[in-house]
Amino acid sequence: MSSENLLEILNLRVYYFTFDGVVKAVDNVSLAIRKGESLALVGESGCGKSTLGLSIMRLVPRPGRIVDGKIVLHPDMIDLVSAPESEIRRIRGKRIGMVFQDPMTYLNPVMKIGDQIAEGIMQHERCSREEARKRAIELLAKVRIPDPATIASYYPHQLSGGMRQRVVIAIAISCNPELLIADEPTSALDVTVQAQILDLIKELQEELNSSLLLITHDLGIVAETCDRVAVMYAGKIVEEADVYDLFREPKHPYSEGLLRAAQSIESGSREIVTIEGSVPDLLNPPPGCRFHPRCKYAMEKCKIECPPMIDLGNRRVACWLYA
Amino acid sequence: MTMSSRILIQVRNVKKYFPVGSGLFRRSRRYVKAVDGVSFDIPEGETYGLVGESGSGKTTLARVMLGLIEPTDGAVYFRGKNIFKLSKEEMRKIRREMQIIFQDPLASLNPRKTIEQTLKQVFKIHTSLSDDEILDRVKSLLEMVGLTPPERFLSRYPHELSGGQRQRVCIARAIALKPSFLIADEPVSALDVSIRGQIIKLIRRIHEEFNMAYLVITHDIALVKSMCKNVLVMYLGRLVEIGETMDVMKSPLHPYTQMLLSAVPIPNPEIARERKKHRVVIGEPPSPINPPKGCHFHPRCPYVKEICRKERPELIRVDGRLVACHLYM
Repeated sequence: MSSENLLEILNLRVYYFTFDGVVKAVDNVSLAIRKGESLALVGESGCGKSTLGLSIMRLVPRPGRIVDGKIVLHPDMIDLVSAPESEIRRIRGKRIGMVFQDPMTYLNPVMKIGDQIAEGIMQHERCSREEARKRAIELLAKVRIPDPATIASYYPHQLSGGMRQRVVIAIAISCNPELLIADEPTSALDVTVQAQILDLIKELQEELNSSLLLITHDLGIVAETCDRVAVMYAGKIVEEADVYDLFREPKHPYSEGLLRAAQSIESGSREIVTIEGSVPDLLNPPPGCRFHPRCKYAMEKCKIECPPMIDLGNRRVACWLYA
Repeated sequence: MTMSSRILIQVRNVKKYFPVGSGLFRRSRRYVKAVDGVSFDIPEGETYGLVGESGSGKTTLARVMLGLIEPTDGAVYFRGKNIFKLSKEEMRKIRREMQIIFQDPLASLNPRKTIEQTLKQVFKIHTSLSDDEILDRVKSLLEMVGLTPPERFLSRYPHELSGGQRQRVCIARAIALKPSFLIADEPVSALDVSIRGQIIKLIRRIHEEFNMAYLVITHDIALVKSMCKNVLVMYLGRLVEIGETMDVMKSPLHPYTQMLLSAVPIPNPEIARERKKHRVVIGEPPSPINPPKGCHFHPRCPYVKEICRKERPELIRVDGRLVACHLYM
């Protein structure tokens, strides 16, 4: 893993202009994904982590819109926010692949699996239908689908949930992407299947030497799979650190609460750590630090002023405790 | 302790088969054996977890235990009485004693009723209290589940509450009549990690205050660890291991339990990565329509023997727990 960046998100703002008001789902987020690393984006539901993933693919659904910021793809420094649609089409699915939570809504139900994979390949590379089909079967073998030549002529409904997700992964890696985004890739799957899919994603990422952005709410998955972690709360990144550093010593009070909560439930101890209160409504987020109403260390300053990202050398934290 | 040794619920060889592919004019010969011969006891005031993957029949078993659906075969005894042989009046009395909360609190609350109306209804149906007395009870219930001050919540509708608050309302409704048994079907799966702990704590506190037994149905091993003294592991309609949670977690005996536990991601990078190296997880749960012969787990089992392909292993006692596996015969 090098420290060279593959993708840089700079001061990104993504808002949803709803009937009830403006939802600031991603609010001034800066984040870099390094070459060859696996970065976890962790947060609870509604914190904006999926929106951030979709922004990179420029697939934010309406009424959402990227209102400000840049997403720069290295080494040719293409800004994915301002690039013309034709350019994005050449990147989406080729240089950046994406795996979603529910394979059944992603796959076309009336198209054979082999054809769906071949379609993506033909979109991006000059090759004949025959060749694309051959590549599709190879890809199915690569994601460990038994008897790939037969399965290629199946429809999605003929496969189990785990097998479908393998097909989605095959499509995502079909053009050897530099970045693979996986948004809750195993939330719809059983635990024993989840372990196999995560192992597969990790192996393929290493084999292709690509970067992985894994979006999840499950800290166990993060601990097992990723090199670095960015913790997101209410539209902002609150902490970014190496996975070992973060789990050993979370600095932001929210990361600390989240981690200790998960660990105390997992350990089966009598004492369960909780974060009191609930996640704020992004239509009306609290002023100052968005975590302050639930924070046990909250100071006067936290209620008024939003903390900046503070660089602590090997990690970054957005909290006044470290300013 | 005298209380807790008495048996509250006995599940005896319960089977529930659903016909598949049947139409109006076609008799079906194929069945989904959702629950296929399950037996266990729950003593008063004890806490049990029922773990299994999707399609293992956990929820069907719960519905049979509450008398919501009739089993194809077998019986459920509540304080010694077969609940499927009771009169309507007797069943009504027992319903007060057995309650359930579901995964999605929004789906189990009436969207057109305020919290006050929802909770009052329980008392109107089951007691002869006056309106004032009922209101007092409702208020103290809300306080008990941590929705304080109660006045702030009485006139609210479910959509005005957060997920955690809604689950608290469901819990309040379930414990209104001080039941002796509660089934919690994935009680925190729809909630965020930071909220889960609050609900776990609440259910545990109620259990201690009322000496209420409960059965937590879940796919989440961590939840069983933090909530249940005992665990039942289910695979494709059958129980494969029963024992004290901490024993089972420390040294799982059934190969399925072993595989399941090794697959659960642990929120600690050092431990998680060390464990991952030795992990053997293969295959997917097969369809319950045509389950494998013999031991249902044999196609995925690393220790499979000839007998496993032919004969169903019965639960036998090994090291103070029950295991259904030919390895221990």
